[in-house]
Amino acid sequence: MCLAIPAKIVNIEDGMGTVDMAGVQKKVSLILLEDAQVGDYVIVHAGFGIHKIDEEVAMESLRILREAAHLLDVEDPAGPDEVTVTGFGTEEGDS
Amino acid sequence: MKYVDEYRDPELAEGVVSAIREKSRTPVRFMEVCGTHTVAIFRSGLKELLPETVTLISGPGCPVCVTAPEDIDRVIMLCRQPEVTVATFGDLMRVPGSDSSLHQEKARGADVRMVYASFDALELARKHKDRMIVMLGIGFETTIPTIAAALHQARQEGLENFLVFSAHKLLPPALDALLSAEEVHIDGFLCPGHVTTIIGTNPYQKVVNRYGKPCAISGFEPVDILQSLYILISQIEEARCEVEIQYTRAVRPEGNPRAREMMDEVFEHAEGLWRGLGPIPQSGLMLREKYRAHAAESHYDLTVPPAGEMPGCRCGEVLRGVCTPPECDLFRKRCTPTDPYGPCMVSSEGTCAAYFKYHPE
Ligand code: SF4
Repeated sequence: MCLAIPAKIVNIEDGMGTVDMAGVQKKVSLILLEDAQVGDYVIVHAGFGIHKIDEEVAMESLRILREAAHLLDVEDPAGPDEVTVTGFGTEEGDS
Repeated sequence: MKYVDEYRDPELAEGVVSAIREKSRTPVRFMEVCGTHTVAIFRSGLKELLPETVTLISGPGCPVCVTAPEDIDRVIMLCRQPEVTVATFGDLMRVPGSDSSLHQEKARGADVRMVYASFDALELARKHKDRMIVMLGIGFETTIPTIAAALHQARQEGLENFLVFSAHKLLPPALDALLSAEEVHIDGFLCPGHVTTIIGTNPYQKVVNRYGKPCAISGFEPVDILQSLYILISQIEEARCEVEIQYTRAVRPEGNPRAREMMDEVFEHAEGLWRGLGPIPQSGLMLREKYRAHAAESHYDLTVPPAGEMPGCRCGEVLRGVCTPPECDLFRKRCTPTDPYGPCMVSSEGTCAAYFKYHPE
């Protein structure tokens, strides 16, 4: 099962990090990462950090997404079809 | 939660759904090949939001489900050795082999420990020098570097009692096998985010170049998946075919070279045996010569007879995307999450389990 929630590194000691993942602290090996630092957000799999999130990249992709999603509303206020999406993915502890 | 809540935003999802409806003309069938995607798709109910032109099918994405019954039988053989402690991730416990499961063996006294990470199994090996600790290597490219790192460490420390049973699977050869079999029509793939975090986009080129099927590397939140579908639909409507990363916050085109070096240091390619797909060349991994002393099969004879199919269970077809769970006669009757019969119901990210949980009768 992939953990979709990025974890924040709060401490590093001998290549092992402590991360905070939605309020839960876990030990994580940082051996597969080049340059992890305290304060970085990382993707964790099976107890190992496998990717360090680049804040700028993350913000940029969100901007592109928001633009793509809202562009339609701007150009065509009614939208092609009325769709209503109600909150999903909120089940705790399941992702 | 940072980097998560934004991708669960219903308003944003609505925008992407509108964009999909606007764009989609051609009827298409996309396959997701990651158990976490399967669960996310069912849980969010996003299939209901898609136009009729878009069909989603589940493929061989659940690592526990694709583990061949013969490999489960080998694991059972291992845990029956008096000096062996089996260390495993939790999901494998209840998966049935030919005549038993790890869970049953544990109840009968076998030493089976659930671990959170490979380094916990290393710790067991350090503490219990009189035991052979066998870490089960089940999983795709996301898990493999973590097992490789433990083997690397074990060799450095001279921990001779740390062994690995490698039933790892590589995902891209499975996509190749599915497409070349031509059993099920697929127009594009929703590719697993964290597998690609490691391998990068290059291994999908064959799917794009040889088979002309677009690939979108997707994150796991509902908006991620919708955006990835939008990417696939756009490519098809615009007659393009590429590997495109939706999940840029966690995936670089080049992947994670350091993790791949670790994999490469320890493992070499071998034939992989898949439930449902059978043997696929170059889709499995074995320990390199240098590490062979840490391979479970170097210490134990793990020859097993071919395992028969489980009567009535259509998990193999479910894994190939040929059959949906309700088409199995045992679904909801003999086979439920509380009393599972086949592996696709045992694992929480199996297609049958996800279908059961999020489709009330
Ligand atoms: S419902 Fe159960 S028996 Fe049927 S295919 Fe799924 S796992 Fe197998």
